Amino acid sequence: MPFNQKPQKFNAKINSVTIGSGDKTVTIGGDSTFPFYTFDAPSENCPKIGVEISDMGLEGVSEGIKAYYDGASTMADIAKKAAAMEGADFVALILEGGDPNGENKSIDELIAVVKEVADAVDCPLVVEGCKNVEKDAELLPKVAEVLQGRNALILSEKEENYKAIGAAAGLAYNQIVGAESAVDINLAKQLNVVTTQLGVDPKKIVMNIGSAAAGYGYEYVVSTMDRIKGAALGQNDNMLQMPIITPVSAETWGVKEATASEADMPEWGPQDERGIDMEIMTAAADLAAGSDAVILRHPESVKTISKMIKALV
Amino acid sequence: MALNGIQIFKLTPKKNCKECGCPTCMAFAMKVAQGAMQIEQCPHMSEDALATLSEATAPPMKTIKIGTGDGEFTLGGETVLYRHEKTFVSKTRYAVSLCTGMSDAEVEAKLAEIPVVDYERIGERMHVELVYVNCGADADAAKYTALVEKAKGLGRTLILGCTDPEIAKAALEVCKDSKPVLNGANASNYEAMNAVATEAGVVLGVSGKDINELYDTTAALEKLGNKNLILDTTGADAKETFANTVLVRRAALKDQDRTFGYPSLVNLVKIAQGDKHLQAALAALFTMKYGSIVVMEEMTYAEALPLYGLRQNVFTDPQKPMKVEPGIYPLNGADENSLVVTTVDFALTYFVVSGELERSGVPLNFVINDAGGLSVLTSWAAGKFSGTSISEFIKENVEPKVKCRKLVIPGKVAVLKGDLEAKLPGWEIIVGPREAVQLVKFLKDMQA
Repeated sequence: MPFNQKPQKFNAKINSVTIGSGDKTVTIGGDSTFPFYTFDAPSENCPKIGVEISDMGLEGVSEGIKAYYDGASTMADIAKKAAAMEGADFVALILEGGDPNGENKSIDELIAVVKEVADAVDCPLVVEGCKNVEKDAELLPKVAEVLQGRNALILSEKEENYKAIGAAAGLAYNQIVGAESAVDINLAKQLNVVTTQLGVDPKKIVMNIGSAAAGYGYEYVVSTMDRIKGAALGQNDNMLQMPIITPVSAETWGVKEATASEADMPEWGPQDERGIDMEIMTAAADLAAGSDAVILRHPESVKTISKMIKALV
Repeated sequence: MALNGIQIFKLTPKKNCKECGCPTCMAFAMKVAQGAMQIEQCPHMSEDALATLSEATAPPMKTIKIGTGDGEFTLGGETVLYRHEKTFVSKTRYAVSLCTGMSDAEVEAKLAEIPVVDYERIGERMHVELVYVNCGADADAAKYTALVEKAKGLGRTLILGCTDPEIAKAALEVCKDSKPVLNGANASNYEAMNAVATEAGVVLGVSGKDINELYDTTAALEKLGNKNLILDTTGADAKETFANTVLVRRAALKDQDRTFGYPSLVNLVKIAQGDKHLQAALAALFTMKYGSIVVMEEMTYAEALPLYGLRQNVFTDPQKPMKVEPGIYPLNGADENSLVVTTVDFALTYFVVSGELERSGVPLNFVINDAGGLSVLTSWAAGKFSGTSISEFIKENVEPKVKCRKLVIPGKVAVLKGDLEAKLPGWEIIVGPREAVQLVKFLKDMQA
């Protein structure tokens, strides 16, 4: 008796959301199977990779990343190099310098950076706020305004500031809204519901359901993504069919495994190598669980994850 | 398919003899259906009924044991495809590969490298559990056996990758007592390999040129009476390997196809040779999706730290939160005069808070006491993170060792301040921020 292969077919699919304008666009989402289950149905659209750059320039990045950007002295140079990275589909600018508990850069200063980056590259753009909900509520609508026409993804609106950011990005300036929740299927759905109630088109929402580095409570990420994909495909829940984008690097480059110097932990070996593997493995796990796009920092990680995606679809 | 209580009841003798310890056969049948009792506990079952039942009540995926002593591992036995449905029971185990094609120097280097990774993380020992010893096409029995002997010296459980029954037999002579896996049965040699594996009493690994051949060969081995198997789902490339691995697990658990109800083995050396970063990505992928054994070319700390952390997370029981050991964790070069900071023992809280504390660069003594593995507010609400529990722990464990008398408590339990001040005379109780991300600024402001 031969093996009876039973495909798992769903009559639902993840929304496809296109970011960018002109002939440089990238589409994320669109599949109707669990991640990389090409044996159930061919993949319509493979997962995408963004390269993270920060308004803080190259401050605090690892040696390998610094080496890649060698010679880039302005944000425009950095953005160009990021866009040219092998395997990169888009550039993700994080405005971490805006954090009131950190550098606390002014909004004007940050908008100038956004403009400089946007003028330097014509690839699809993702802009992440500083993670402080009050500051982001002021900052991100301005970002959406200056990027008019770019069809950029604005990360992130949260439960606390969805009105300001969702309305500006999704309604006033016609960008893609990134809805960020904290690793919980109900919170993710709730935010999608209230965002669409503002009048934002569900097909213009991308979710960031929250993330963790491998080993740091990652089980919650796995189960949240498993359940979201299960509900989106199996139960045709259209408030969970938004594609998922996961900013991996912001988590992985901050954990001890990536930040401890070789001098402090000689048996652990080269620091850059540890950071790369932490980023690669967390990204691979995110993609296996259901991320439709990941944001990475190190050129080697971008290259490797791109290779893995190509090998699997 | 699993039977329900009524279906099992129909097969019982219905004598209500109570010899099984249950008042009625019906009660017994219900317990069997729930898995609380074994059908063999009824002394009056007919042979036919037992055969029907053991087939029907057998778990969808077999539990296979390999190795001995400290090196004994349980593979398979899974009942669900997603961890939120119940829990994954058998962790992915990692193997580093040796091959007869390697030079002596390369083999020595690998043998020296494998034991380097060995550490503890949240109560679990992290090390390379398995060594895969591959027999290249041009190796003979003497050469292969010599390599197996060398690998055996590491004391790790072995997987013999060898498709020649004669060579396999010779190699097993030197290592069969430590219960290695013999990975080498395929469509053309399975009868001979089955004889070798059965005689040595070891688990047999099966492979096929595609998933259908793997299925047929597994079925043929089962017909020969061998149900002590592992399925080598490695295909020609990453895509086929992923498809095989998922399909095998899904057929067993979702479609109740028992022929595929065995643990899997994924050999990344075959599909990503020489590319350690791609192997790292694929190792994470197959840890998430259904690899019981994953074979890699190397396992240095760079790979091990994220991979073992990922595995620990994925295979944790969703009903039991991970806990860290209570104790004093000195951070940033703290000594007895450094500030004391406390929070609960829930692993996630611990990692988030300790990460921020380390980022602050401020030397401090991080004190964790037993709060039941719950988050700050939950354990406080449950009475497990209270003025009494914190003060007792501080008096017993911290006061003898630390001279500083300043204690920072989580902002979410600011309400404990008064109680702690009363219970810990001489201590200054400082209410910290509500969220871990605010710790760096909080500690820097305190220093200023």
